[in-house]
Amino acid sequence: MIVSAIAFYVFAAIAVAAGFMVIAARNPVHSVLFLILAFFSAAGLFVLMGAEFIALILVIVYVGAVAVLFLFVVMMLDIDFSELRQGFLQYLPIGALVGLILLIELLLVAGAWVITPEATAAGASPIAEHVANTRALGQVLYTQYVYLFQSAGLILLVAMIGAIVLTLRHRVDIKRQVIAHQVGRKRHEGVELKDVKPGQGI
Amino acid sequence: MADILTTYGIPFAIIVAQSLGLLIALLLFTAYILLADRKIWAAVQLRRGPNVVGAFGLFQSFADLLKFVFKEVIIPSSANKGVFLLAPLVTVTLALSAWAVVPLADGWVVSNINIGVLYILAISSLGVYGVIMAGWASNSKYPFLSALRSAAQMVSYEVSIGFVLITVLMTAGSLNLSDIVHAQSGHYGLFNWFWLPHLPMLVIFFISALAETNRPPFDLVEAESELVAGFMVEYSSSPYMMFMLGEYVSIILMCAMTTILFFGGWLPPVNIVPFTWVPGIVWFLLKLCMVFFMFAMVKAFVPRYRYDQLMRLGWKVFLPFSLFWVVLTAGVLVGFGLVPHHG
Repeated sequence: MIVSAIAFYVFAAIAVAAGFMVIAARNPVHSVLFLILAFFSAAGLFVLMGAEFIALILVIVYVGAVAVLFLFVVMMLDIDFSELRQGFLQYLPIGALVGLILLIELLLVAGAWVITPEATAAGASPIAEHVANTRALGQVLYTQYVYLFQSAGLILLVAMIGAIVLTLRHRVDIKRQVIAHQVGRKRHEGVELKDVKPGQGI
Repeated sequence: MADILTTYGIPFAIIVAQSLGLLIALLLFTAYILLADRKIWAAVQLRRGPNVVGAFGLFQSFADLLKFVFKEVIIPSSANKGVFLLAPLVTVTLALSAWAVVPLADGWVVSNINIGVLYILAISSLGVYGVIMAGWASNSKYPFLSALRSAAQMVSYEVSIGFVLITVLMTAGSLNLSDIVHAQSGHYGLFNWFWLPHLPMLVIFFISALAETNRPPFDLVEAESELVAGFMVEYSSSPYMMFMLGEYVSIILMCAMTTILFFGGWLPPVNIVPFTWVPGIVWFLLKLCMVFFMFAMVKAFVPRYRYDQLMRLGWKVFLPFSLFWVVLTAGVLVGFGLVPHHG
């Protein structure tokens, strides 16, 4: 047990330190790299809790996809670092206020949260000891919570279509590649053989 | 105190010994896979390939290793030093750590976790960081363009690889790589393996693996005619070697994954006596080398893709088709009552 306790404190300390460095690092790219470290440590904490499926999903989705896009965008920004530093103290009170409000709200939620008796009964529904993490999650997601799960999927689909619609512009002044035309070209359309008389040219 | 030693100390020592053994075997194997790659490439072009160091050039990779190690590490003055040196480390560490869950034979696996497929997917999705970090930290035009290309390319092909994995693990009924191999055993030998029912997925997985590992014809990340050497332009000596090592280790990983998912891992092709006597590791390595031979031949005779064609192939061809195949597989499994029940 003591080893897992040590592992917990190591992961937690790295997560907190990396989280602090996200806002403290001078270079935005370093911030994103520290954010990735924080995600990783959180995944380690999930593994310690026995939720290895969620841990790996966290790594695949957040580290493997979301943070790549963050890094992609931040890398392409042309930032004047000294200018960025100047604004830091100016925005500190607002940031601290937002953080404080969030903390108070979280405390209120945690303090006032009462589990309804029905939910307690559902939470106690037996999942056998030897059943693997993935199977247990699937059994709950696709039976008891199937409507919630499906509607979450629908909301994501709508959001995705919305994002595509917002960014899609049909431009007429550019040349488009039509692969079907390129592949469908025959030899006689691209090559013409001329019988050139000597000394005359074409 | 003695209690801690027996609960944690001895298992820890065993895991360290297994990991070290796997690491050494893997690095030796990589050295010869690299030589085989060059030899096959040379043979296709009617050249001899490396043939000076040792008989038939068998020690060429080790000579290259010494050369890289003894050269000077050059760090560009405007580079971001920490990230610049971190990038090759990230690449090689991720490539090697994925091997922890790969079963080489029945029970020959360092960590037999229940979510092996997800672990492989997670590790390979992180491979892009080595390239992006190298491209950004070099503070130079070609590496940066290469990093942008690789970010788009590797994220795109990850998606279709994910769907291929889903079809296979639905058929096998498990996320454990050893269980996936066990699910392919049967009376008909090689006709029980998943390449037969999932033949289109095998093709998609093979091509996506080429794109995921930046192998030709999808090596736009390091296209030497356009970007010199892509993200590796500014690297020299050992860091450069670590990039090459990481690249080849992940290529071998993709070959091993193809073997496990579609060619029955360590299972013998025919269930008759002389074949079943051969140990599983031999079958595994034979199949792995066969898949790698295809990788090497593709490199030798396929011209490089155009970037827009690469994106089109990933998003407009592979993604819809593999999605369709996921639905079809699920429908067939449920409709004919073939859903596997175990674990």
